[in-house]
Amino acid sequence: MIAQSGKDGRMHPHKFTLWVGIASICMMFAGLTSAYLVKRAQSNWLEFSLPKSFWISTVFILASSLTMFLAVKAFKARERKRYRALISLTCILGLLFGLFQWYGFQDLASRGIQIFGNGSNPAASFLGVIIGLHFLHVFGGIVALVITVLRAYNRKVKNYDATPIEVVAIYWHFVDILWIYLFVFFAII
Amino acid sequence: MSNELVLHSDVDVINEEFMHHAHGHEHHQPFITKYIFSMDHKMIAKQFLLSGIFWAIIGGLLSVVFRLQLGFPDQSFPILEELLGKKWAPGGHITADAYYALITIHGTVLLFFVLTGGLSGTFANFLIPLQIGARDMASPLMNMLSYWFFFTAGVIMLCSLFLETGPFAGGWQAYPPLSALADASKGSGAGMDYWTISMVLFVVSQLLGGLNYISTVLNLRTKGMSMTRLPLTVWALMLQAVLGVLSFPVLTAGFVLLIFDRHFGTSFYLSDIFVNGVGALSHEGGNAILYQHLFWFLGHPEVYIVILPAMGIVSEVMSVNARKPIFGYTAMIGSMFAIVVLAFLVWAHHMFVTGLNPFLGSIFVLLTLLIAIPSAIKAFNWITTLWKGNNIFRPGMMFAIGFVSLFISGGLTGIFLGNAAIDIHVHDTYFVIAHFHLVMGVAGFFGMFCGIYHWYPKMFGRYMNNTLGDVHFWITLIGAYCIFWPMYYEGMAGMPRRYYTYDTWESFKQFAELNKFISIAAIITFFAQFLFVFNFFYSMYKGRKVRESNPYHSNTLEWTTPINPGHGNWEGDLPEVHRWPYDYNKDGREFVTQVTPVEDGEELH
Repeated sequence: MIAQSGKDGRMHPHKFTLWVGIASICMMFAGLTSAYLVKRAQSNWLEFSLPKSFWISTVFILASSLTMFLAVKAFKARERKRYRALISLTCILGLLFGLFQWYGFQDLASRGIQIFGNGSNPAASFLGVIIGLHFLHVFGGIVALVITVLRAYNRKVKNYDATPIEVVAIYWHFVDILWIYLFVFFAII
Repeated sequence: MSNELVLHSDVDVINEEFMHHAHGHEHHQPFITKYIFSMDHKMIAKQFLLSGIFWAIIGGLLSVVFRLQLGFPDQSFPILEELLGKKWAPGGHITADAYYALITIHGTVLLFFVLTGGLSGTFANFLIPLQIGARDMASPLMNMLSYWFFFTAGVIMLCSLFLETGPFAGGWQAYPPLSALADASKGSGAGMDYWTISMVLFVVSQLLGGLNYISTVLNLRTKGMSMTRLPLTVWALMLQAVLGVLSFPVLTAGFVLLIFDRHFGTSFYLSDIFVNGVGALSHEGGNAILYQHLFWFLGHPEVYIVILPAMGIVSEVMSVNARKPIFGYTAMIGSMFAIVVLAFLVWAHHMFVTGLNPFLGSIFVLLTLLIAIPSAIKAFNWITTLWKGNNIFRPGMMFAIGFVSLFISGGLTGIFLGNAAIDIHVHDTYFVIAHFHLVMGVAGFFGMFCGIYHWYPKMFGRYMNNTLGDVHFWITLIGAYCIFWPMYYEGMAGMPRRYYTYDTWESFKQFAELNKFISIAAIITFFAQFLFVFNFFYSMYKGRKVRESNPYHSNTLEWTTPINPGHGNWEGDLPEVHRWPYDYNKDGREFVTQVTPVEDGEELH
């Protein structure tokens, strides 16, 4: 953990900034899910079951967290090939997650549940907006991963500082946990 | 990781620049990186300040125009037709649509661009690194982006003023359906689109800035600078950033749902209502009140985002100029913490008349009234800091005292408004206008003026003119009271806000002369601000030069830097801190700077 904290035991400012940012993102989703609760308690709320493919996407994002964890380990062990493979796998799993979220909405549409537009019900619209925003955050994570990998493979400068990849990893686990929260929220409420 | 290491590993630019300064070479940076895309926190602060001044003039000018309408509804002002064109002011009378557009943009611009962006943007950027002993922010790049998002937001808002249908005209809170239906009013179409884009960019700017302020204060303090040795300015600026970072995302959530209602036919806020000019809506089951909840969850913390930096600046300036330690340093921090926590728990007091459950309302009343306690502690502490001080009445100090006056006379009426039973009577009247303009608007401005007059020598290496500053202070203080005090009486008589004209109401005709008086006061006060603007720009080039590095005999670290600090702030090593910043007139010494080691046998504080 030497790379993570300095001599005086303080957290690296970038990591700290990320944690504050995470608190900020949490507030946005807290706002959205409480709006969901408020709206749900009112009339004209459509009840429907969540699509099955959300379960599959959940498995993908959980797996991606595992590969992310292993990737950080590989980076610290300076196993660059393994690291590269695991990061790519994480990105692919992230994209697969998004794909199956998309299938989920296709499934809803096939059941006649409209997300947007005339005749849509807020119940479905909320699902669309919240899950859409969540995927936007996952996608941001993928972009960050790609950039980190490209920077780590700069041939001119060899950088063994684990902070950037650790920052991305924290964020990645966060969007994973955020999805679990949202999934459980939609499933039981 | 230490301050130095972070900057060195992180931003090579600063590192390089700093080394140049440290070695005493005259280093000429290209204009574009020095003045425009600068990553120096001091330059970014000045950029925020200049943008703030620009927007304050625009926002103030808008109020002059609509005050002409309110004070002189029967007179025509041909100059308005010249200025605003035939569509907005035919025959020298502004139209009702133009009036609503003006009040909306007046509110948006002054609250968000001046009192949030201009105030905390300027002083958080300028003071945090200088007062905690850091070379720059945790992420100078994010800091630069924060300004440029703010700038872009401003440009888009400015463009919306020139749209043919006018800017957004549904009030600065942008309640649906006026904000959700493009055909609901003239400004609801393109004007609202511009408004939304501008506000989203503004939120991004605030988040980037806020993240940076918090992690800078918590991570980059110099050696010996513990949290309890921080000047109150830094505490206040950090806590306002916490508020911003936690409340702006909720507003974003509200905006996202609004955008979907506007453009993608969802029914979050819109229901099957009938709208004049649109007809019956096909939306089902939406709830406009939901937006108000999401909006005020930001909206209420927002007023503390404005007032906390002002409080911090006033505390610091007052202590320096009273040559006394601030009274109740810990109580000041505790009160600010209490304000931050309570700020999140009181939003529904803006919504007492929306059909809120009265039981729920009573809880919000209780929590709202609790805010009076930390506010009163702070007001008490400022007064006791002045008590028996060797007060030096520089313009900065005058504005600090003026701030306390306004904060009290505006704040006390908050107790009236926080009570649901009274609020139902005075809701949406001029009473509310008077309350928030005094306690948050003018007081926020006074905090800003106080900070500018006080830190101007550090910013530009020259002094502002004190005589002009004094004149500016007295006209502004008296003017502010002349404008807003009468509004309390109008509000108690039930005169509603936002009305274009009161001609047809017999009960409000008695206020015709009073409205005229308010308008004249507003116009004089607005034009008196050019004394400040002139002083500000004139002193930049012609002001008296600063010759000593610590002209106010102040204790804080910013006065240990060279008179015109370069990027990196300190030449050589960062200063080490040995004591709190308020050792004034202690043990027979007039002031003891924070870098002075504690002597043997010397008691702290």
